[in-house]
Amino acid sequence: MLDADFFRRWMTATAASVDREAERLTALDSPIGDADHGSNLQRGFAAVTATVEKEAPGTPGGVLTLAGRQLISTVGGASGPLYGTLLRRTGKALGDDAEVSEEQLAQALRAGVEAVMALGGAAPGDKTMIDALVPAVDALSDGFGPARAAAEQGARATTPLQARKGRASYLGERSIGHQDPGATSAALLVAGLAEAAGE
Amino acid sequence: MSDGTDDKRVGIVLVSHSAEVAASVADLARGLAGGGAAVPVAAAGGTEGGGLGTSAELIAAAAAAVDRGAGVAVLTDLGSAVLTVKALLAEGDELPGNTRLVDAPFVEGAVAAVVTAATGADLDAVAAAAAEAYDYRKV
Repeated sequence: MLDADFFRRWMTATAASVDREAERLTALDSPIGDADHGSNLQRGFAAVTATVEKEAPGTPGGVLTLAGRQLISTVGGASGPLYGTLLRRTGKALGDDAEVSEEQLAQALRAGVEAVMALGGAAPGDKTMIDALVPAVDALSDGFGPARAAAEQGARATTPLQARKGRASYLGERSIGHQDPGATSAALLVAGLAEAAGE
Repeated sequence: MSDGTDDKRVGIVLVSHSAEVAASVADLARGLAGGGAAVPVAAAGGTEGGGLGTSAELIAAAAAAVDRGAGVAVLTDLGSAVLTVKALLAEGDELPGNTRLVDAPFVEGAVAAVVTAATGADLDAVAAAAAEAYDYRKV
């Protein structure tokens, strides 16, 4: 079973890897975006860990809804409401239980990913964070390690795609050949989950 | 519909990635609306730090500032502006009760919304007038 501490570790691990990879995320966002993905997410997840530590929510759902709220407030770019909605909706789906099973988490995360798809109107293959998140959720029934591998594979697989959503979509065919920064950061989020599980 | 007093007018919030764009479109809409000076219009542009982007805090503050109990129409420019407003609406308690994201072109929709709100029209009429701005072809 997974308790609130596990979810705090997830957020802390994600914040640390976003911090480490911020320059790379921004570099990926330079040719096809507005070159702020790394710094935006760095600011957002720093606020998440600070708030989650200070307010210490006692349930998994509480940790994620608070984290999502922080991301919406602090990021400033489209990744704020998108990641914010992902975590908040996942948190709401987990409810008030003090501990949740891996199966509950998989189902809640699927609800979160569906909410992101509804908010942004993106589907798999549009060269967005969805291309990392959907395979990760599909693989989560096999464990956290396989979910991380699936997310990383999904992020790499965005390289040959043409963007159909967001700022990169204005570039048309010129978006081909660049790995999507949103899918790349989504893979970091899933890797943080595996790290929290000790995998 | 309104009884003609200012406090019954629909509020308008203009959300842009740029503080200057949001403020200028607000000025333009008020200026072209004639009686629009009586319409509560607030600009929510850029990030709190003054950069390009969208701020959930600025949007929530702007919506609260223009709420007179007759509803708030929110118009946005691109990408994260749209997503942030949708995410705030989904939160449920971040924006005044009768707040609506209006699907409209930013500049033309803002003028149509303020002109319509100045007549004392309700939120449905303001939203419809702003959306109709999409139908005005320039060529």
